[in-house]
Amino acid sequence: MLLRLDQVAAGYGAIEALHGISLKVERGQVVSLIGANGAGKSTTLNVISGLIKPARGAVYFEDRDISGWRADQITALGLVQVPEGRQVIATMTVEENLSLGAYRRRDRRQIGSDMDGVYERFPRLKERRSQKAGSLSGGEQQMLAVGRALMMRPKLLMLDEPSMGLAPLLVNEIFRIINAIKNSGTPILLVEQNARKALALADYAYVLERGVIAYEGKALDLRQDPKVIAAYLG
Amino acid sequence: MISNEFLQQVVNAISLGAIYSLFALGYAMVFSILGVLNLAHSAVFMWGAFLGLITVTEIKLPLLLAFPVAMVGAGLIAVALDFLAFRPLRRRNAPRISQLIVSIGASALLVSLSQLTFGTDPRRFPFDILPSGAIQGLPFRVTLIQVIVLITALILMVLLNILVLRTRLGQAMRAVAFNQRTASLLGVNVSGIFASTFFIAGALAGIAGVLYGLTYNSILPFMGDQVALKGLTAIVLGGMGSIPGAVLGGFGVAGLERFSVAVGGSDYRDAVVFLILFLMLLVRPQGLIGQKEQTRA
Ligand SMILES: Nc1ncnc2c1ncn2[C@@H]1O[C@H](COP(=O)(O)OP(=O)(O)OP(=O)(O)O)[C@@H](O)[C@H]1O
Ligand SMILES: [Mg+2]
Repeated sequence: MLLRLDQVAAGYGAIEALHGISLKVERGQVVSLIGANGAGKSTTLNVISGLIKPARGAVYFEDRDISGWRADQITALGLVQVPEGRQVIATMTVEENLSLGAYRRRDRRQIGSDMDGVYERFPRLKERRSQKAGSLSGGEQQMLAVGRALMMRPKLLMLDEPSMGLAPLLVNEIFRIINAIKNSGTPILLVEQNARKALALADYAYVLERGVIAYEGKALDLRQDPKVIAAYLG
Repeated sequence: MISNEFLQQVVNAISLGAIYSLFALGYAMVFSILGVLNLAHSAVFMWGAFLGLITVTEIKLPLLLAFPVAMVGAGLIAVALDFLAFRPLRRRNAPRISQLIVSIGASALLVSLSQLTFGTDPRRFPFDILPSGAIQGLPFRVTLIQVIVLITALILMVLLNILVLRTRLGQAMRAVAFNQRTASLLGVNVSGIFASTFFIAGALAGIAGVLYGLTYNSILPFMGDQVALKGLTAIVLGGMGSIPGAVLGGFGVAGLERFSVAVGGSDYRDAVVFLILFLMLLVRPQGLIGQKEQTRA
Protein backbone atom coordinates (compact mmCIF):
# COMPACT_ATOMS: atom_id res chain seq x y z
CA MET A 1 0.00 0.00 0.00
CA LEU A 2 1.35 3.39 -1.03
CA LEU A 3 -0.81 5.73 1.03
CA ARG A 4 -3.40 5.06 3.67
CA LEU A 5 -5.43 7.40 5.85
CA ASP A 6 -6.98 5.79 8.87
CA GLN A 7 -9.89 7.63 10.53
CA VAL A 8 -8.23 11.03 10.14
CA ALA A 9 -9.85 13.99 11.86
CA ALA A 10 -8.42 17.48 11.52
CA GLY A 11 -9.45 21.09 11.56
CA TYR A 12 -8.63 24.69 12.24
CA GLY A 13 -8.69 25.64 15.91
CA ALA A 14 -12.10 24.76 17.29
CA ILE A 15 -13.56 24.01 13.82
CA GLU A 16 -13.27 20.38 12.76
CA ALA A 17 -13.14 20.10 8.96
CA LEU A 18 -12.51 16.34 8.61
CA HIS A 19 -14.48 13.97 10.82
CA GLY A 20 -12.52 10.74 10.58
CA ILE A 21 -11.88 9.85 6.95
CA SER A 22 -10.18 6.74 5.61
CA LEU A 23 -8.78 6.35 2.13
CA LYS A 24 -6.13 4.44 0.22
CA VAL A 25 -3.94 4.84 -2.83
CA GLU A 26 -2.26 1.74 -4.25
CA ARG A 27 0.86 1.67 -6.38
CA GLY A 28 0.24 2.57 -10.00
CA GLN A 29 -3.23 3.95 -9.28
CA VAL A 30 -4.87 7.27 -10.00
CA VAL A 31 -7.28 8.06 -7.20
CA SER A 32 -9.61 10.99 -7.35
CA LEU A 33 -11.07 12.93 -4.45
CA ILE A 34 -14.08 14.98 -5.47
CA GLY A 35 -16.48 17.17 -3.55
CA ALA A 36 -18.10 20.59 -3.36
CA ASN A 37 -16.53 23.81 -2.12
CA GLY A 38 -15.54 23.52 1.52
CA ALA A 39 -15.97 19.73 1.64
CA GLY A 40 -12.46 19.31 3.05
CA LYS A 41 -10.45 18.23 -0.02
CA SER A 42 -7.58 20.66 0.49
CA THR A 43 -7.57 19.96 4.21
CA THR A 44 -7.13 16.26 3.40
CA LEU A 45 -4.11 16.93 1.17
CA ASN A 46 -2.61 19.29 3.72
CA VAL A 47 -2.92 16.70 6.47
CA ILE A 48 -1.15 14.19 4.22
CA SER A 49 1.57 16.75 3.44
CA GLY A 50 2.09 17.60 7.10
CA LEU A 51 0.94 21.22 6.87
CA ILE A 52 -1.92 20.38 9.26
CA LYS A 53 -1.49 17.89 12.09
CA PRO A 54 -4.27 15.31 12.42
CA ALA A 55 -6.24 15.61 15.64
CA ARG A 56 -7.10 11.88 15.52
CA GLY A 57 -6.21 8.99 13.27
CA ALA A 58 -3.05 8.39 11.30
CA VAL A 59 -1.45 8.74 7.86
CA TYR A 60 0.68 5.90 6.53
CA PHE A 61 3.01 6.24 3.54
CA GLU A 62 4.62 3.02 2.32
CA ASP A 63 3.36 1.45 5.57
CA ARG A 64 5.19 3.99 7.71
CA ASP A 65 3.23 6.19 10.13
CA ILE A 66 4.04 9.75 9.05
CA SER A 67 1.43 11.58 11.15
CA GLY A 68 3.14 14.48 12.89
CA TRP A 69 6.11 14.65 10.52
CA ARG A 70 7.17 18.04 9.20
CA ALA A 71 6.07 19.01 5.69
CA ASP A 72 9.63 19.12 4.31
CA GLN A 73 10.35 15.62 5.67
CA ILE A 74 7.21 14.25 4.08
CA THR A 75 8.05 15.90 0.76
CA ALA A 76 11.51 14.35 0.93
CA LEU A 77 9.86 10.90 1.09
CA GLY A 78 8.46 11.54 -2.39
CA LEU A 79 4.96 12.49 -1.28
CA VAL A 80 4.62 15.62 -3.36
CA GLN A 81 1.75 18.12 -3.41
CA VAL A 82 0.96 20.72 -6.07
CA PRO A 83 -1.12 23.03 -3.89
CA GLU A 84 -4.31 24.85 -4.76
CA GLY A 85 -3.61 28.10 -6.62
CA ARG A 86 -0.31 26.74 -8.05
CA GLN A 87 1.97 28.68 -5.67
CA VAL A 88 4.85 29.17 -8.03
CA ILE A 89 7.48 31.55 -6.64
CA ALA A 90 6.52 34.67 -8.58
CA THR A 91 9.80 36.45 -7.88
CA MET A 92 11.93 33.65 -9.35
CA THR A 93 12.40 32.67 -12.97
CA VAL A 94 10.81 29.58 -14.49
CA GLU A 95 14.15 27.79 -14.37
CA GLU A 96 14.79 28.74 -10.74
CA ASN A 97 11.36 27.40 -9.81
CA LEU A 98 12.16 24.10 -11.52
CA SER A 99 15.55 23.81 -9.87
CA LEU A 100 13.89 24.51 -6.52
CA GLY A 101 11.90 21.33 -7.17
CA ALA A 102 15.21 19.48 -7.02
CA TYR A 103 16.14 21.17 -3.71
CA ARG A 104 16.30 17.90 -1.79
CA ARG A 105 18.03 15.90 -4.51
CA ARG A 106 21.73 15.11 -4.60
CA ASP A 107 21.99 13.43 -8.01
CA ARG A 108 23.25 16.50 -9.89
CA ARG A 109 23.51 14.77 -13.25
CA GLN A 110 19.98 13.38 -13.35
CA ILE A 111 18.58 16.76 -12.30
CA GLY A 112 19.71 18.26 -15.59
CA SER A 113 18.16 15.50 -17.65
CA ASP A 114 14.95 15.67 -15.62
CA MET A 115 14.78 19.37 -16.37
CA ASP A 116 15.16 18.64 -20.07
CA GLY A 117 12.33 16.14 -19.67
CA VAL A 118 10.10 18.79 -18.13
CA TYR A 119 10.92 21.21 -20.95
CA GLU A 120 10.08 18.49 -23.47
CA ARG A 121 6.74 17.93 -21.79
CA PHE A 122 6.06 21.68 -21.54
CA PRO A 123 7.69 23.44 -24.51
CA ARG A 124 6.11 26.72 -23.45
CA LEU A 125 8.08 26.67 -20.22
CA LYS A 126 11.27 26.25 -22.19
CA GLU A 127 10.50 29.37 -24.22
CA ARG A 128 9.94 31.26 -20.99
CA ARG A 129 12.71 29.69 -18.93
CA SER A 130 14.34 32.99 -17.91
CA GLN A 131 11.07 34.86 -17.41
CA LYS A 132 9.79 35.55 -13.90
CA ALA A 133 7.12 33.01 -12.89
CA GLY A 134 4.83 35.86 -11.83
CA SER A 135 4.61 37.04 -15.42
CA LEU A 136 3.24 33.72 -16.73
CA SER A 137 -0.42 33.13 -17.55
CA GLY A 138 -2.54 31.00 -15.22
CA GLY A 139 -2.21 27.95 -17.44
CA GLU A 140 1.54 28.35 -17.75
CA GLN A 141 1.86 28.73 -13.99
CA GLN A 142 -0.05 25.49 -13.52
CA MET A 143 2.31 23.75 -15.93
CA LEU A 144 5.25 25.19 -14.02
CA ALA A 145 3.80 23.97 -10.73
CA VAL A 146 3.36 20.47 -12.17
CA GLY A 147 6.80 20.58 -13.79
CA ARG A 148 8.36 21.64 -10.51
CA ALA A 149 6.63 18.74 -8.76
CA LEU A 150 7.96 16.31 -11.38
CA MET A 151 11.48 17.61 -10.59
CA MET A 152 10.94 16.11 -7.13
CA ARG A 153 10.56 12.64 -8.69
CA PRO A 154 7.32 11.99 -6.81
CA LYS A 155 6.40 8.53 -5.60
CA LEU A 156 2.89 9.92 -5.26
CA LEU A 157 1.81 13.15 -6.91
CA MET A 158 -1.05 15.00 -5.23
CA LEU A 159 -2.76 17.66 -7.34
CA ASP A 160 -5.17 20.13 -5.74
CA GLU A 161 -7.68 21.39 -8.34
CA PRO A 162 -5.20 21.74 -11.21
CA SER A 163 -7.94 22.93 -13.58
CA MET A 164 -9.23 25.67 -11.29
CA GLY A 165 -9.69 29.04 -12.97
CA LEU A 166 -8.52 27.89 -16.40
CA ALA A 167 -10.29 28.40 -19.74
CA PRO A 168 -11.93 25.21 -21.16
CA LEU A 169 -9.20 24.64 -23.75
CA LEU A 170 -6.54 24.81 -21.08
CA VAL A 171 -8.54 22.52 -18.81
CA ASN A 172 -8.41 19.91 -21.56
CA GLU A 173 -4.67 20.43 -21.91
CA ILE A 174 -4.07 20.04 -18.17
CA PHE A 175 -6.04 16.79 -18.14
CA ARG A 176 -4.05 15.56 -21.14
CA ILE A 177 -0.89 16.27 -19.15
CA ILE A 178 -2.20 14.45 -16.07
CA ASN A 179 -3.10 11.52 -18.28
CA ALA A 180 0.44 11.47 -19.69
CA ILE A 181 1.91 11.49 -16.17
CA LYS A 182 -0.41 8.61 -15.26
CA ASN A 183 0.77 6.66 -18.32
CA SER A 184 4.38 7.21 -17.32
CA GLY A 185 3.56 5.21 -14.17
CA THR A 186 3.43 7.88 -11.46
CA PRO A 187 0.59 7.32 -8.98
CA ILE A 188 -1.66 10.36 -8.58
CA LEU A 189 -4.10 11.56 -5.95
CA LEU A 190 -6.24 14.06 -7.84
CA VAL A 191 -8.47 16.57 -6.07
CA GLU A 192 -11.00 18.09 -8.43
CA GLN A 193 -14.32 19.87 -8.64
CA ASN A 194 -14.55 18.86 -12.30
CA ALA A 195 -15.94 15.45 -11.33
CA ARG A 196 -16.68 14.35 -14.88
CA LYS A 197 -13.10 14.68 -16.05
CA ALA A 198 -11.62 13.42 -12.80
CA LEU A 199 -13.73 10.26 -12.86
CA ALA A 200 -12.86 9.66 -16.51
CA LEU A 201 -9.19 9.59 -15.60
CA ALA A 202 -9.19 7.83 -12.23
CA ASP A 203 -9.12 4.15 -11.30
CA TYR A 204 -10.80 4.71 -7.96
CA ALA A 205 -12.59 7.67 -6.39
CA TYR A 206 -13.82 9.09 -3.12
CA VAL A 207 -16.60 11.64 -2.75
CA LEU A 208 -16.16 13.97 0.20
CA GLU A 209 -19.17 15.74 1.69
CA ARG A 210 -18.76 18.10 4.65
CA GLY A 211 -15.75 16.31 6.07
CA VAL A 212 -16.90 12.70 5.62
CA ILE A 213 -16.51 10.21 2.77
CA ALA A 214 -20.02 9.92 1.35
CA TYR A 215 -19.29 7.51 -1.51
CA GLU A 216 -16.33 5.54 -2.74
CA GLY A 217 -15.73 2.98 -5.43
CA LYS A 218 -14.22 2.23 -8.78
CA ALA A 219 -14.40 5.35 -10.92
CA LEU A 220 -16.32 3.38 -13.57
CA ASP A 221 -18.98 2.41 -11.03
CA LEU A 222 -19.32 5.87 -9.53
CA ARG A 223 -19.94 7.29 -12.99
CA GLN A 224 -23.03 5.03 -13.21
CA ASP A 225 -24.26 5.73 -9.66
CA PRO A 226 -27.53 7.73 -9.86
CA LYS A 227 -26.83 9.62 -6.62
CA VAL A 228 -23.37 10.64 -7.77
CA ILE A 229 -24.74 11.58 -11.17
CA ALA A 230 -27.46 13.71 -9.59
CA ALA A 231 -25.11 15.53 -7.23
CA TYR A 232 -21.86 15.84 -9.20
CA LEU A 233 -22.35 14.94 -12.86
CA GLY A 234 -25.77 16.53 -13.53
CA MET B 1 38.49 75.16 1.10
CA ILE B 2 34.77 74.45 1.04
CA SER B 3 35.19 71.82 -1.63
CA ASN B 4 37.97 70.23 0.42
CA GLU B 5 35.71 70.11 3.45
CA PHE B 6 32.97 68.65 1.26
CA LEU B 7 35.30 65.98 -0.13
CA GLN B 8 36.33 65.12 3.41
CA GLN B 9 32.72 64.60 4.47
CA VAL B 10 32.14 62.40 1.43
CA VAL B 11 35.07 60.22 2.49
CA ASN B 12 33.75 60.01 6.04
CA ALA B 13 30.25 59.25 4.78
CA ILE B 14 31.46 56.36 2.64
CA SER B 15 33.25 54.73 5.53
CA LEU B 16 30.37 55.26 7.95
CA GLY B 17 27.87 54.23 5.28
CA ALA B 18 29.67 50.92 4.88
CA ILE B 19 29.05 50.17 8.57
CA TYR B 20 25.41 51.28 8.44
CA SER B 21 24.87 49.12 5.37
CA LEU B 22 26.28 46.00 6.98
CA PHE B 23 24.11 46.65 9.99
CA ALA B 24 20.96 47.44 7.95
CA LEU B 25 21.41 44.25 5.88
CA GLY B 26 20.57 42.19 8.94
CA TYR B 27 17.36 44.10 9.55
CA ALA B 28 16.43 43.64 5.90
CA MET B 29 17.19 39.91 5.78
CA VAL B 30 15.20 39.10 8.90
CA PHE B 31 12.37 41.39 7.84
CA SER B 32 12.08 39.79 4.43
CA ILE B 33 11.65 36.27 5.80
CA LEU B 34 9.97 36.98 9.15
CA GLY B 35 7.95 40.00 8.13
CA VAL B 36 8.97 41.52 11.45
CA LEU B 37 11.59 44.02 12.50
CA ASN B 38 14.03 42.49 14.92
CA LEU B 39 14.61 45.47 17.19
CA ALA B 40 17.19 43.48 19.15
CA HIS B 41 19.47 43.71 16.13
CA SER B 42 21.24 46.77 17.56
CA ALA B 43 21.96 44.85 20.78
CA VAL B 44 23.52 42.05 18.71
CA PHE B 45 25.66 44.75 17.05
CA MET B 46 26.83 45.92 20.48
CA TRP B 47 27.64 42.36 21.58
CA GLY B 48 29.63 41.89 18.40
CA ALA B 49 31.71 44.95 19.29
CA PHE B 50 32.38 43.63 22.81
CA LEU B 51 33.23 40.13 21.56
CA GLY B 52 35.71 41.64 19.11
CA LEU B 53 37.15 43.79 21.86
CA ILE B 54 37.69 41.03 24.41
CA THR B 55 39.22 38.82 21.73
CA VAL B 56 41.99 41.43 21.54
CA THR B 57 42.16 42.76 25.10
CA GLU B 58 41.39 39.66 27.20
CA ILE B 59 42.17 36.65 25.04
CA LYS B 60 45.13 38.53 23.50
CA LEU B 61 44.52 37.33 19.99
CA PRO B 62 45.47 39.46 16.97
CA LEU B 63 42.89 41.93 15.64
CA LEU B 64 42.41 39.88 12.50
CA LEU B 65 40.82 37.15 14.61
CA ALA B 66 38.49 39.59 16.33
CA PHE B 67 36.41 39.76 13.16
CA PRO B 68 35.54 36.06 12.81
CA VAL B 69 35.05 35.72 16.58
CA ALA B 70 32.62 38.63 16.62
CA MET B 71 30.79 37.31 13.58
CA VAL B 72 30.34 33.79 14.92
CA GLY B 73 29.52 35.01 18.43
CA ALA B 74 26.98 37.59 17.33
CA GLY B 75 25.52 35.13 14.82
CA LEU B 76 24.98 32.59 17.59
CA ILE B 77 23.37 35.22 19.81
CA ALA B 78 20.95 36.03 16.98
CA VAL B 79 20.16 32.32 16.49
CA ALA B 80 19.53 31.96 20.23
CA LEU B 81 17.18 34.93 20.00
CA ASP B 82 15.24 33.19 17.25
CA PHE B 83 15.03 29.93 19.19
CA LEU B 84 14.11 31.43 22.54
CA ALA B 85 12.04 34.45 21.57
CA PHE B 86 10.63 34.27 18.03
CA ARG B 87 10.17 30.57 17.44
CA PRO B 88 7.78 29.95 20.37
CA LEU B 89 5.65 32.85 19.13
CA ARG B 90 5.63 31.51 15.55
CA ARG B 91 4.52 28.13 16.87
CA ARG B 92 1.47 29.78 18.41
CA ASN B 93 0.82 31.91 15.32
CA ALA B 94 1.21 34.99 17.48
CA PRO B 95 0.46 38.31 15.78
CA ARG B 96 3.44 40.24 14.42
CA ILE B 97 3.08 42.94 17.02
CA SER B 98 3.93 40.36 19.72
CA GLN B 99 7.12 39.49 17.87
CA LEU B 100 8.03 43.16 17.62
CA ILE B 101 7.44 43.69 21.33
CA VAL B 102 9.41 40.59 22.26
CA SER B 103 12.32 41.86 20.19
CA ILE B 104 12.29 45.11 22.19
CA GLY B 105 12.35 43.11 25.41
CA ALA B 106 15.17 40.93 24.13
CA SER B 107 17.12 44.05 23.26
CA ALA B 108 16.75 45.42 26.79
CA LEU B 109 17.85 42.06 28.20
CA LEU B 110 20.95 41.90 26.01
CA VAL B 111 21.91 45.46 26.96
CA SER B 112 21.49 44.69 30.68
CA LEU B 113 23.58 41.54 30.37
CA SER B 114 26.28 43.59 28.74
CA GLN B 115 26.14 46.19 31.53
CA LEU B 116 26.48 43.44 34.11
CA THR B 117 29.41 41.90 32.27
CA PHE B 118 31.33 44.93 31.08
CA GLY B 119 30.12 47.84 33.24
CA THR B 120 29.01 51.17 31.85
CA ASP B 121 32.36 52.87 31.26
CA PRO B 122 33.51 52.99 27.67
CA ARG B 123 36.00 50.25 26.74
CA ARG B 124 38.66 50.77 24.13
CA PHE B 125 40.92 48.83 21.83
CA PRO B 126 44.61 49.45 22.57
CA PHE B 127 45.43 52.81 21.00
CA ASP B 128 48.27 51.40 18.94
CA ILE B 129 46.22 48.58 17.46
CA LEU B 130 46.09 50.34 14.11
CA PRO B 131 48.03 53.38 12.96
CA SER B 132 45.56 56.21 13.39
CA GLY B 133 47.31 58.78 11.21
CA ALA B 134 46.10 59.70 7.76
CA ILE B 135 47.40 57.90 4.69
CA GLN B 136 49.90 60.24 3.03
CA GLY B 137 49.65 61.76 -0.42
CA LEU B 138 45.86 62.13 -0.74
CA PRO B 139 43.87 65.37 -1.06
CA PHE B 140 41.75 64.33 1.92
CA ARG B 141 42.25 62.59 5.25
CA VAL B 142 41.74 58.82 5.13
CA THR B 143 42.80 56.55 7.94
CA LEU B 144 43.73 52.90 7.67
CA ILE B 145 40.64 52.06 9.72
CA GLN B 146 38.39 53.71 7.16
CA VAL B 147 40.02 51.72 4.37
CA ILE B 148 39.63 48.47 6.31
CA VAL B 149 35.98 49.29 7.00
CA LEU B 150 35.19 49.90 3.36
CA ILE B 151 37.05 46.87 2.00
CA THR B 152 35.58 44.52 4.61
CA ALA B 153 32.08 45.78 3.96
CA LEU B 154 32.39 45.51 0.19
CA ILE B 155 33.73 41.95 0.39
CA LEU B 156 30.90 40.90 2.70
CA MET B 157 28.27 42.51 0.50
CA VAL B 158 29.55 40.72 -2.58
CA LEU B 159 29.64 37.42 -0.69
CA LEU B 160 26.12 37.95 0.61
CA ASN B 161 24.90 38.71 -2.88
CA ILE B 162 26.43 35.50 -4.20
CA LEU B 163 24.97 33.57 -1.29
CA VAL B 164 21.45 34.84 -1.82
CA LEU B 165 21.37 34.71 -5.62
CA ARG B 166 23.64 31.80 -6.50
CA THR B 167 23.57 29.16 -3.77
CA ARG B 168 21.14 26.48 -2.72
CA LEU B 169 20.80 28.09 0.71
CA GLY B 170 20.02 31.45 -0.87
CA GLN B 171 17.43 29.87 -3.11
CA ALA B 172 15.74 28.32 -0.09
CA MET B 173 15.87 31.65 1.75
CA ARG B 174 14.14 33.37 -1.13
CA ALA B 175 11.52 30.62 -1.26
CA VAL B 176 10.83 30.99 2.48
CA ALA B 177 10.64 34.78 2.08
CA PHE B 178 8.03 34.29 -0.64
CA ASN B 179 5.84 31.77 1.19
CA GLN B 180 6.74 29.46 4.07
CA ARG B 181 4.12 26.81 3.30
CA THR B 182 5.10 26.61 -0.35
CA ALA B 183 8.76 26.38 0.60
CA SER B 184 8.08 23.54 3.02
CA LEU B 185 6.11 21.65 0.34
CA LEU B 186 9.25 21.90 -1.81
CA GLY B 187 11.26 20.19 0.91
CA VAL B 188 12.76 23.28 2.56
CA ASN B 189 13.20 23.00 6.32
CA VAL B 190 11.74 26.37 7.22
CA SER B 191 13.04 26.44 10.80
CA GLY B 192 16.52 25.73 9.50
CA ILE B 193 16.27 28.64 7.09
CA PHE B 194 15.16 30.92 9.92
CA ALA B 195 18.19 29.87 11.94
CA SER B 196 20.55 30.41 9.00
CA THR B 197 19.08 33.81 8.26
CA PHE B 198 19.35 34.93 11.86
CA PHE B 199 22.92 33.68 11.98
CA ILE B 200 23.97 35.62 8.89
CA ALA B 201 22.12 38.75 10.01
CA GLY B 202 23.74 38.52 13.45
CA ALA B 203 27.19 37.93 11.98
CA LEU B 204 26.87 41.04 9.81
CA ALA B 205 25.74 43.06 12.83
CA GLY B 206 28.65 41.66 14.83
CA ILE B 207 31.33 42.68 12.38
CA ALA B 208 29.61 46.05 11.90
CA GLY B 209 29.93 46.46 15.68
CA VAL B 210 33.66 45.76 15.63
CA LEU B 211 34.23 48.16 12.73
CA TYR B 212 32.18 50.84 14.49
CA GLY B 213 34.10 50.23 17.70
CA LEU B 214 37.41 50.57 15.87
CA THR B 215 36.28 53.73 14.10
CA TYR B 216 35.21 55.58 17.27
CA ASN B 217 37.25 53.51 19.70
CA SER B 218 34.58 53.59 22.32
CA ILE B 219 32.54 50.50 23.13
CA LEU B 220 29.56 50.76 25.45
CA PRO B 221 26.47 48.71 26.31
CA PHE B 222 24.35 51.52 24.86
CA MET B 223 26.26 51.89 21.61
CA GLY B 224 23.51 50.07 19.73
CA ASP B 225 21.24 53.09 20.21
CA GLN B 226 23.55 55.11 18.00
CA VAL B 227 22.91 52.87 15.00
CA ALA B 228 19.40 51.50 15.61
CA LEU B 229 17.64 54.50 14.12
CA LYS B 230 20.15 54.80 11.27
CA GLY B 231 19.63 51.18 10.28
CA LEU B 232 15.86 51.50 10.37
CA THR B 233 16.01 54.62 8.25
CA ALA B 234 18.32 52.84 5.83
CA ILE B 235 15.89 49.99 5.21
CA VAL B 236 12.95 52.37 4.93
CA LEU B 237 14.92 54.37 2.34
CA GLY B 238 15.86 51.18 0.52
CA GLY B 239 12.46 49.53 0.63
CA MET B 240 11.79 47.17 3.55
CA GLY B 241 13.49 43.84 3.12
CA SER B 242 15.36 44.69 -0.08
CA ILE B 243 19.02 43.70 0.15
CA PRO B 244 20.48 46.15 -2.39
CA GLY B 245 18.09 48.72 -0.92
CA ALA B 246 19.58 48.27 2.55
CA VAL B 247 23.06 48.92 1.18
CA LEU B 248 22.01 52.04 -0.71
CA GLY B 249 19.99 53.18 2.30
CA GLY B 250 22.99 52.73 4.60
CA PHE B 251 25.17 54.92 2.42
CA GLY B 252 22.30 57.38 1.97
CA VAL B 253 21.79 57.81 5.71
CA ALA B 254 25.51 58.26 6.31
CA GLY B 255 25.62 60.85 3.55
CA LEU B 256 22.73 62.77 5.09
CA GLU B 257 24.28 62.60 8.50
CA ARG B 258 27.70 63.85 7.38
CA PHE B 259 26.11 66.52 5.22
CA SER B 260 24.07 67.86 8.12
CA VAL B 261 27.20 67.88 10.29
CA ALA B 262 28.98 69.94 7.64
CA VAL B 263 26.11 72.38 7.31
CA GLY B 264 24.63 72.68 10.75
CA GLY B 265 26.98 71.09 13.24
CA SER B 266 26.80 67.69 14.83
CA ASP B 267 23.88 68.51 17.14
CA TYR B 268 21.38 68.12 14.34
CA ARG B 269 22.47 64.94 12.65
CA ASP B 270 20.15 62.53 14.47
CA ALA B 271 17.24 64.95 14.13
CA VAL B 272 17.82 65.11 10.38
CA VAL B 273 17.89 61.32 10.11
CA PHE B 274 14.69 61.04 12.11
CA LEU B 275 13.01 63.68 9.96
CA ILE B 276 13.95 61.77 6.81
CA LEU B 277 12.59 58.54 8.30
CA PHE B 278 9.32 60.28 9.13
CA LEU B 279 8.99 61.87 5.69
CA MET B 280 9.78 58.61 3.91
CA LEU B 281 7.13 56.74 5.87
CA LEU B 282 4.63 59.45 4.93
CA VAL B 283 5.48 59.88 1.28
CA ARG B 284 7.22 56.77 -0.04
CA PRO B 285 6.81 53.88 2.40
CA GLN B 286 7.86 51.48 -0.36
CA GLY B 287 11.34 53.05 -0.35
CA LEU B 288 13.17 55.14 -2.92
CA ILE B 289 13.77 52.27 -5.34
CA GLY B 290 10.86 50.07 -4.29
CA GLN B 291 7.68 49.56 -6.24
CA LYS B 292 4.16 49.74 -4.94
CA GLU B 293 3.00 46.37 -3.65
CA GLN B 294 0.31 45.87 -6.32
CA THR B 295 2.60 46.69 -9.26
CA ARG B 296 5.20 44.16 -8.18
CA ALA B 297 5.35 41.26 -10.65
N1 LIG C 1 -7.35 28.34 7.26
C1 LIG C 1 -8.59 28.00 7.63
N2 LIG C 1 -9.12 28.44 8.79
C2 LIG C 1 -10.36 28.09 9.19
N3 LIG C 1 -11.15 27.29 8.49
C3 LIG C 1 -10.71 26.82 7.31
C4 LIG C 1 -9.40 27.14 6.82
N4 LIG C 1 -9.23 26.52 5.64
C5 LIG C 1 -10.36 25.85 5.40
N5 LIG C 1 -11.25 26.01 6.40
C6 LIG C 1 -12.59 25.39 6.50
O1 LIG C 1 -12.45 24.00 6.46
C7 LIG C 1 -13.44 23.41 5.63
C8 LIG C 1 -12.79 22.61 4.54
O2 LIG C 1 -12.03 23.47 3.71
P1 LIG C 1 -11.16 22.96 2.49
O3 LIG C 1 -10.33 24.11 2.03
O4 LIG C 1 -10.46 21.72 2.87
O5 LIG C 1 -12.27 22.65 1.41
P2 LIG C 1 -12.10 22.22 -0.12
O6 LIG C 1 -12.88 20.99 -0.29
O7 LIG C 1 -10.68 22.21 -0.51
O8 LIG C 1 -12.86 23.42 -0.85
P3 LIG C 1 -12.54 24.16 -2.24
O9 LIG C 1 -13.12 23.30 -3.30
O10 LIG C 1 -13.28 25.45 -2.12
O11 LIG C 1 -11.08 24.34 -2.32
C9 LIG C 1 -14.29 24.56 5.12
O12 LIG C 1 -15.43 24.66 5.92
C10 LIG C 1 -13.43 25.77 5.28
O13 LIG C 1 -14.21 26.90 5.54
MG1 LIG D 1 -9.57 23.30 -1.78
